[in-house]
Amino acid sequence: MLETVLGLYNYWIVILLMMAGFYTVIARGNLAKKIIGLNIFQTSVFLLYISMGYVEGGTAPIVDPDGADLYTNPLPSVLILTAIVVGVATTALGLALVVRIRESYGTLEEDEILEIEDRRDGEA
Amino acid sequence: MEHIIDIVLMAFMAVAAIVMIRLRSLFAVVMLSGIFSLLSASLFVVLDAVDVAFTEAAVGAGISTVLMLSTLALTFRDERPPRRRDPVPLVVVLVTGAALVYGTLDMPHFGDPDAPIHHHVAPRYIVDSPVEVGPPNMVTSVLASYRGYDTLGETTVIFTAGIGVMVLLAGSWRRRRRPASGRTPGGTETRS
Amino acid sequence: MRLYSVLRTSTKLLMPPIMLFALYVQFHGDYGPGGGFQAGVIFAVAFIVFTLIFGPVRARQVAPRWVTTPMCAVGVLLYAGVGLATLLMGGEYLNYNVLAHDPHHGQHLGILLVELGVGITVWAVMVSIFLAFVGHDGDDEEEDDDPASAWGCDEGTLIDAREDDRA
Repeated sequence: MLETVLGLYNYWIVILLMMAGFYTVIARGNLAKKIIGLNIFQTSVFLLYISMGYVEGGTAPIVDPDGADLYTNPLPSVLILTAIVVGVATTALGLALVVRIRESYGTLEEDEILEIEDRRDGEA
Repeated sequence: MEHIIDIVLMAFMAVAAIVMIRLRSLFAVVMLSGIFSLLSASLFVVLDAVDVAFTEAAVGAGISTVLMLSTLALTFRDERPPRRRDPVPLVVVLVTGAALVYGTLDMPHFGDPDAPIHHHVAPRYIVDSPVEVGPPNMVTSVLASYRGYDTLGETTVIFTAGIGVMVLLAGSWRRRRRPASGRTPGGTETRS
Repeated sequence: MRLYSVLRTSTKLLMPPIMLFALYVQFHGDYGPGGGFQAGVIFAVAFIVFTLIFGPVRARQVAPRWVTTPMCAVGVLLYAGVGLATLLMGGEYLNYNVLAHDPHHGQHLGILLVELGVGITVWAVMVSIFLAFVGHDGDDEEEDDDPASAWGCDEGTLIDAREDDRA
């Protein structure tokens, strides 16, 4: 039992973080907060990958001249390394959209934006 | 020892995430998200993914915090309190989380060297990359050589996102400012 | 920011080491942790610190638009160009073995160039994004004084088209 808990603890916390991000995205009306929630979600996915690539007693995947033979899996590192930088670029795009929405509607709350949209549709 | 550090850092991150949900001051939330990224970077070091830790520390804790702060400077610092409490999102999140936790029960334990992930593609990279490609850092050889296409695609995504931001922000600025300022270097005054 | 002489001086002192460190990360990425992605970001951080202390107007003098915008594309083109070069030299796309007489040297050269391309794109995109955010509503006067930039004409015609649409 304790072994299972210790062995799966990382994944459970990762799921908790994922759900925290997911909750922020779907429950909060503020668009800036939603993007922060997406960021939490994203970081938790990174952690999931890296946790899976970890090898107990291994070393970082840089060739050791003294002849270590157990390395951490390099593949998740590569995937996540690029994902982090792409993630910040797409976050910046989302934030730019947030800034433009604020300029067009004067608010960042989802329900207020929808109300303004409805009113504009009614006028048109 | 590594396990204890891992557990403590994970617990810190969970606390930070939950506080971020509850706080309404976006300024505090952004600062916490910087702390969150820094904690995850330290966790990546513990998990032996040094390249990832490096990137997360520079990007997550540095650049994205600064970008979010500059967004807040252009928008609002606080979130409006909710008009009503909706229980549906909480139920959705709890059900999804429970399903995912159920899914982990079959997963190989954390750090298990016999897990399937370590027996399919990774040995090829670990054993052959120093001979075939050369650089001692396997992450670099996989990133730039074995998975060069992948990285080319990622670079293109970054390029596209950058162009998108420039179009969204710089374009609107010119449209508003130029006619008002009276100085129209692009030859627009002939029409206005 | 004219008053904060400690911040201004320490920024000036910090910028060269940050850039040097970025170059180290860029070109030492084969041997230790690092590579184009990290180096590009760290190099951009030097400019971001400068912008935070000295403001977007002076930052645009250090990193003008006509440098950062094309650089975004230059990195990707360098990367894709290495692929084309290997194609022309008889290998597959992005197979660096053919770049030099010895496959190991070829791989080394290919990885170096490709990482440089990644670094240039990441640096340029990060600086451009940050300056776009900072200069968005601020009094970025330098823009008005810079009609001769290569982008002025194109955007001028764009504005014409937009105003025609509105009229």
